[in-house]
Amino acid sequence: MQFDSWLAFFNMGGHGLYVWLSFGIALLVLMLNIVSPLFQFKSTVQSLAKKYQRESNRQ
Amino acid sequence: MAKKQIMPLWFYRLASPKYCYQITATLLPYFAAITLALLSIGIVWALLFAPQDYQQGNSFRIIYIHVPSALLAQSIYLTMALSGAIGIIWKMKIADMVAYACAPIGASMAFVALITGAIWGKPTWGSWWVWDARLTSMLILLFLYFGVMALYSAMGNSASAARAAAILSLVGLVNIPIIKYSVDWWNTLHQPATFTLTEKPAMPVEMWLPLLVMVLGFYFFFATAMLLRLRNEILLREKRTSWVKQLVSEL
Repeated sequence: MQFDSWLAFFNMGGHGLYVWLSFGIALLVLMLNIVSPLFQFKSTVQSLAKKYQRESNRQ
Repeated sequence: MAKKQIMPLWFYRLASPKYCYQITATLLPYFAAITLALLSIGIVWALLFAPQDYQQGNSFRIIYIHVPSALLAQSIYLTMALSGAIGIIWKMKIADMVAYACAPIGASMAFVALITGAIWGKPTWGSWWVWDARLTSMLILLFLYFGVMALYSAMGNSASAARAAAILSLVGLVNIPIIKYSVDWWNTLHQPATFTLTEKPAMPVEMWLPLLVMVLGFYFFFATAMLLRLRNEILLREKRTSWVKQLVSEL
């Protein structure tokens, strides 16, 4: 462990803003890259199910 | 007489989108679990246990996302250009879909590399941005990604869009060695490569081991995110086939 207290950990020796901003942005971008295709998958499956339903009704 | 087989069998099986969909379904849970494990270990290690730099103090910890994202931005570009080439040469649909899936992930990694570089530059160099060779060539990489994405959004998912995007990414490949050697060719502000295959790292083990974990974690993240996008793309492009209808009715 490199830090004596939580305060020192958040402060990062005066560089807290830079370190936390970098890690925050990176994590946000990583999450978006995973979450957005998951939502897209759900909406794709739903719209395809509707489409197939319409097509089978027409026949 | 049967045609002579030039490439191994698995290569031909990749021509089947259904087979590829099954691969994504099999691999995704493992890749997601490995990504989560590596990144959790890596982040805790990087933030809490890695020693601080004797000159830069704790702002040095930004390296643990800056280097992996920059490496990934270039690797994803290679993946995108090579699959684009495979798509053109063998007319393989799945290769076009891989290239399409790569572009936004690569762009976001180039963005993270640039923004964390800027944030790191402020306390270290005293400036958010300088027109250094490494920084400029990375910015060009981001614009190349934007160009590829703009082509897709203008031309849709057609075969001609895949072809145009593949040619643009192949032309842009020239930028990759420029990024790599920029720190050697132009002696400006950015420091030389952190990792090389031939030399021992300039950092102590306690510093580069967590970096290695983060780099691996980022690569598995890319595999996971790419397979997730690929899966959606296969479903959309194969929506007229009976196996997709079957699959949708089961979900």
